[in-house]
Amino acid sequence: MNRFEYAPAPESRDIARLKPSYQIFVDGRFRDGTGEAIKTINPADESPLAEVAEAGPSDVEDAVRAARRAFGAWSTLPGRERGKYLFRIARGIQERARELAVLESLDNGKPIRESRDVDVPTAAAHFFYYAGWADKLGYAGFGPNPRPVGAAGQIIPWNFPLLMAAWKIAPALACGNTVVLKPAETTPLTALVLAEIIAEADLPPGVVNVLAGGPAIGEAIVEQAATGAIDKIAFTGSTDVGKIIQRRLAGTSARLSLELGGKAANIVFDDAPLDQAVEGIVNGIFFNQGQVCCAGSRLLVQESVADELVASLQRRLGTLRVGDPLDKNTDVGAINSAAQLAKIRELADAGVAEGATRWSPPCDLPERGYWFVPTVFTDVSQAHRIAQEEIFGPVLSVLTFRTPDEAIAKANNTPYGLSAGVWTEKGSRILSMASRLRAGVVWANTFNRFDPTSPFGGYKESGFGREGGRHGLEAYLDV
Amino acid sequence: MTRDDASLRRFLHGLPGVDQVGADARAATLATRSIKTTAKAWAIDTAISMVDLTTLEGADTPGKVRSLCAKAVRPDPGSDAPPVAAVCVYPDLVETAVTALRGSSVGVASVATAFPSGRAALATKLHDVRDAVAAGATEIDMVIDRGAFLAGKYLQVFEEIVATKEAACGAGSGVHLKVILETGELVTLDNVRRASWLALLAGGDFIKTSTGKVNPAARPPVALVMLEAARDYRDATGELRGVKLAGGIRTSKEAVRYLVMVNEVAGDEWLDPKLFRFGASSLLNDLLQQRHKLATGAYDGPDYVTVD
Repeated sequence: MNRFEYAPAPESRDIARLKPSYQIFVDGRFRDGTGEAIKTINPADESPLAEVAEAGPSDVEDAVRAARRAFGAWSTLPGRERGKYLFRIARGIQERARELAVLESLDNGKPIRESRDVDVPTAAAHFFYYAGWADKLGYAGFGPNPRPVGAAGQIIPWNFPLLMAAWKIAPALACGNTVVLKPAETTPLTALVLAEIIAEADLPPGVVNVLAGGPAIGEAIVEQAATGAIDKIAFTGSTDVGKIIQRRLAGTSARLSLELGGKAANIVFDDAPLDQAVEGIVNGIFFNQGQVCCAGSRLLVQESVADELVASLQRRLGTLRVGDPLDKNTDVGAINSAAQLAKIRELADAGVAEGATRWSPPCDLPERGYWFVPTVFTDVSQAHRIAQEEIFGPVLSVLTFRTPDEAIAKANNTPYGLSAGVWTEKGSRILSMASRLRAGVVWANTFNRFDPTSPFGGYKESGFGREGGRHGLEAYLDV
Repeated sequence: MTRDDASLRRFLHGLPGVDQVGADARAATLATRSIKTTAKAWAIDTAISMVDLTTLEGADTPGKVRSLCAKAVRPDPGSDAPPVAAVCVYPDLVETAVTALRGSSVGVASVATAFPSGRAALATKLHDVRDAVAAGATEIDMVIDRGAFLAGKYLQVFEEIVATKEAACGAGSGVHLKVILETGELVTLDNVRRASWLALLAGGDFIKTSTGKVNPAARPPVALVMLEAARDYRDATGELRGVKLAGGIRTSKEAVRYLVMVNEVAGDEWLDPKLFRFGASSLLNDLLQQRHKLATGAYDGPDYVTVD
C-alpha cells in the first residue's frame, strides 16, 4: 500500500516552439551561415531537434566588421540608455522563460527543474544586474570615466548555454563593448533565441552577433583577435583549449579572460550540519549531471564521520530520479553528447582499474540517449586519476582527511583552483579555511550557488578574470 | 545518557547542527515535485486516512463533537473516501467521542497535560491524562514544558514525558503518546532536532509539531528536521516512531507536498497512518473537494462537502 509512485509530469515539448531550422545573427539580421548545415540533437533520445546553418569564415569576418562598426556609437551612448536595452533584454528573457527552459532542456539534456529554476532566471538576473551598472561605471572603482575595451569575441560552453551567454553578453554591453558570441556546437539553440530577444529589444545592428559553429569558428574568432581586428577574447571551456587560445594570443594586444576546468574539493568537517552537507554534496556533483566546471567532484570528509556521511549520501542518492529531462520530477538528466559520455565512462573505468570502489544507486536508464548513472567512488587516493582529472560528469570521488592542514593540503593539491566548499558549524574555521584554499570561489555550508552580484572565476589552470559582480566589469573595461 | 541532566545535555548538544538556510532550501526543492493524476489520487486518499480531525475550542459542545465523529467515519457519504485516523478533542469530550465512534476504526485522541500552555503542576497534568484515558482515549497528545526546555532543564522535560507515558499507558492500555514540541516557541531548528530526540528517547510514540494555538505552527523545514529525527532514531534503535504535523495545514497541495517529504526524507514506511498524521480541521474538506475534482474533472465547490 505505502508506495508513493510519482506519475509522469512532463513539460510539453511544444512550449519550446522548435523551428525546423535556425539561422545565425550578424549585423542585426538573421541569415544562413556559409558553413555546413548541421543537425542539433536531443541528447535524451538522440532524435534530431533542428537544423542550424553554421557560420563559415566569411561570416566571422562579417560579424567582426559589424561589431567594429557598431562600437563607436554604442560605446558613446550614455550609460543610462545602454542600461535601458539591457533591462529590455532581461524582461524579454523573463517573458519567454518557459520557452527558453524547455528549449534548453531539449538541446542540453538538463532537467527542466534546473533550466526552469536556475538557468533561465539567473540569466535574466544577470542582465538586470548589469543593466544597473551601465550608468554607474564611474563609481565602480575604475576611475571616473572608464572606457570599454572594444569588440569582444566570446566563446561559451555547452553546459549552461543560455546562462553562459548572459554572463558574457551582459557585462560586455553594460560597459559599452560590442560582441561576437559563439555558442557551443552541440547547444546553439537558446543563444539563437536570445538573439531573437536581442533583436526584439531593438539593439543597434552589430552590437551583438551570434555565430553557431564548431571549433573552427572559435579558432577563426581567436585569429581575429590575434590580428587586432577584435580587442578581447572571453572563453569558458576546457583548460586544453584555453591554453591553445592563450598561446595564440601571447604577444598580441588582445585581452583575454579564461574560465576553465576545475576539480573542486567539498570539505566536510565532523561538526558539519550533516543533513545539509549531504544536500550540498548532491547539489555539488549531480547538479547538471556534474557537467559544471565548479562541480564539487572531490568530497573530502573528516575520517571520524566518513562512514556515517557516506551512508547518508548513499541513502539520499537512492531518491534521485534519473530520466526524461522534461519530466518536472527529474533530478538528473542526460549527458550532453556521445563524446562527453565516452569521456566519463573512460575515467570511471580508470577509477575501478586503479582500485577505487564504485557504487551507484539502483536505477533504470532509458535505452536511447546518453545516460550515466550517478556514481560514487570510495577508497579513492590522491594518486588516482579520478581524484586528479576533471571528469565533467555525475561521478564523485570520496577521500578522507584527519586534520584541517591535511584537508587544505589535499584540496590545494590540484592544477585547478576554481571552487571549493567548507562544511562546519564553526565560523572561525570557515574563515581560516577560505583564506588558505587556493580557489576563486569558496562556498561555506552550501555549494553551487550563483548570483549575479557575486564574482566567479579561478586560480591556476582554472583561468583568470572574474565574471559577475563589480569585479566582472573589469574584464570589459580598459583599466 | 538519560541518567542525569549533564549527560542528557551532552548528548543533545552533540547532535549534528541544522543549517537553517540549507534546510529551507531542501524543503523548498521538495515542494517543486509535481504530483499528478494517479499519484495525486493515491496521495489524497492517503492524506485523508492520516487526518486527526480536530476541534479544540472553548466553545466545543457534545453536539459538535458527535457531528465531527460522523464526519470522521464517513468523510464523504456516498463515496469510497476512507475514514480518517482519529478525532482529536479536549479530555472532557472524550467520552462523547468514544460513544459516537464505537465500532469504527477511528481512534480518539485527547490533548492533555494542561494543553496548550502546559503551565500546571505535574500532578495536575498527570491527572488530566488519567481522566482522558479513563474516558476511553486511545491516543494522548501531551505538550512539553517549553519553558523548561528553553532553560536547558532537559532532564525535567524528559522525566515529565516519561511520567506522562506511564500515566497514559501504565496498565498496558495500548494508548499512544504524541509529544507536542510546540516548535513555534522553540524557534530554531537546532532546538527542534534536540526536542525531537528528547521526546523519542523518553518514549514518545509520535513527535508532533504544534498545538495549533501558536504561530507559526507546522512549517516545511520543521517537518523536515522532525522526519530526519524519526529516520535517524530508527537507524540508531531499529524502532519506528511517528511524526504528526499540526496547525496551519489547510490545502491538499500542502498535504501532498508533506507526503512527498515523508517519502523522500523518512522513507515509504512512514506513509502510513500509524506513523504519520495531519492534525487538521479544514484540510479534510479541501482533500474531499480535490477528490471530487479528480473523479469528475471539475471543481464542485464548498457546498458539495459537509460543514461540521
